Amino acid sequence: MSPKTQAIRTGLGRGWHEFELSLRSPQDQGFYIFMALVTLGYLWLNRNNELEGTSMLLPTFAMPSILGALIAFGLVIGPGYTLAMEREDGTLLRAKSTPHGVTGYVSGQVVFNAMGIIPMFIVILVPGMFLFDNLMQNGAAGWATVALVTVLGLLATLPIGIILGSLVPSVQKMGTWGFFPIMALTAISGIFFPIQTLWGWVQVVAQTFPIYWLGLGMRSAFLPDSATVLEIGDSWRTPQTLIILSLWAVAGLLIAPRVLGRMARRQSGSQVEAARHEAAQWVR
Amino acid sequence: MVNVETPPAIRVSDLRMRYGSVDVLNGVDFEVRHGEVVTLLGPNGAGKTTTIEILEGFRERSAGDVSVLGADPINASEDWRARVGVVLQSWRDHARWTPRSLLTHLSRYYEPYSTEERPRPYDTEQLLRMVGLEDQAEQKIRTLSGGERRRLDVAVGIVGRPELLFLDEPTAGFDPQAKREFHDIVHRLADLEDTTIMLTTHDLDEAEKLADRILILADGRIVADGTVDQLAREITRDAQVRWSVNGEQFVHATPDATRFVRELFTQHGDDIADLEVRRATLEDTYIALVQEFESGQGTDVALQVFEEASE
Repeated sequence: MSPKTQAIRTGLGRGWHEFELSLRSPQDQGFYIFMALVTLGYLWLNRNNELEGTSMLLPTFAMPSILGALIAFGLVIGPGYTLAMEREDGTLLRAKSTPHGVTGYVSGQVVFNAMGIIPMFIVILVPGMFLFDNLMQNGAAGWATVALVTVLGLLATLPIGIILGSLVPSVQKMGTWGFFPIMALTAISGIFFPIQTLWGWVQVVAQTFPIYWLGLGMRSAFLPDSATVLEIGDSWRTPQTLIILSLWAVAGLLIAPRVLGRMARRQSGSQVEAARHEAAQWVR
Repeated sequence: MVNVETPPAIRVSDLRMRYGSVDVLNGVDFEVRHGEVVTLLGPNGAGKTTTIEILEGFRERSAGDVSVLGADPINASEDWRARVGVVLQSWRDHARWTPRSLLTHLSRYYEPYSTEERPRPYDTEQLLRMVGLEDQAEQKIRTLSGGERRRLDVAVGIVGRPELLFLDEPTAGFDPQAKREFHDIVHRLADLEDTTIMLTTHDLDEAEKLADRILILADGRIVADGTVDQLAREITRDAQVRWSVNGEQFVHATPDATRFVRELFTQHGDDIADLEVRRATLEDTYIALVQEFESGQGTDVALQVFEEASE
């Protein structure tokens, strides 16, 4: 086996191991439960709200949209944070000092972050199915679409997370660089209410990013075709969804390795040392 | 085992490094032969870490020629990486992993590089025993003590059985026993595994114990290069003689202690008491040199150092 193939295999194993560790970690369990409580709490409080002009209840509309947004959130913020942190704490430097270690490290990140969607969906969807009626209205075909949108969403957003994690100056800057932009984008992407209620130019901005299309794709999976009355053009716009998410995926997969490589080349022990001093200062 | 026939493991000539408008390295030259243990000494800010990071391929130099195991480290291949070990000062990475799982994981990257004469990687259990972490093997890394963590750093650095190992201040923060154990590991790597080792330290005693040869970096240059003995003889030739006559204490620095003591006895005979002759230690040599270069004077400061010491 070539050293590179070996490194990728080792990296995939690394990702799986990190996933196992994460499932056993009270900190990460707490995060999943928190996300579930916030999401389900919001939907429960609005369980009787009907969307304007229709008889559709808000949770029916918002649950699939939120799942779509969570893919983007998890796969941009997740690797962004991990990478920013592991640049500082020397994990990446260790990878760099190992033959094909950075390749292995990235393989691990992909597996780890992709796997993270599974517990996130489970803690939200399983109680959600009991709390709200008629969430999934398309049966097995609907679940297949969920899987497809999830995979495409992963490809479209995970590279963004890697680029973000490579460029952000420090972990403390992740709020400004990652968290707030994603929250703002989520707010205008038709996740919690139909996008047409917003100004035209805001709709245009939202539609250039993957979050809107992830929400739309998820709604097309869960909701009946009659629900398209709430969408732009009264359609699920499936071809557009596939094209735009694919474009993001292609762009990301082209750019991310370069940005990551450039960042990795600059890693050195004294940089890690400096970050360590900085963090010590920050804590005080 | 120092092999003089093959090309050196490290060859550095006219290495220069400039950060902004500050010159950190102004033409560093040295060589390290295969199997040698070389210590790089120097005051804070002299450029030790910069030099090591350039050799490790983690930092781009401003100018000069550098060859490490036959390659330029800045664009060396991943295959080169497999032959070079780096001991990093870890902090909080892999906090949830255990020493055993981390070493096993990292060792897999080296499997394709195993050769007849150098089987790679180390067996994880053997490595854990070597650094004395068998009892902590299943503990979460974040629960390790500082010393245990540094021993894990050493294990990670050598997991691929490197031909060349870099250690930047490896024993900073070690207690004396941990230091002793670490020195045993270094001796073992050098003697049994034929590993070329380059380390930096602030501990002169450690440098004396470990190094075949010492390089002193001051003012961005190598100002001394030799064995501990050579440095002591060439730079601070004087030995220090202490004695007392009728309860009164005397100190004298002299290049020829034997002759001086003989004359002393001729003069005072049995009145001489508390006689003590001390060769310059590495510390004397080091301080003399560094002071000389930092003050920019080429004068014989060694004597001055002895006078200060005797006060």
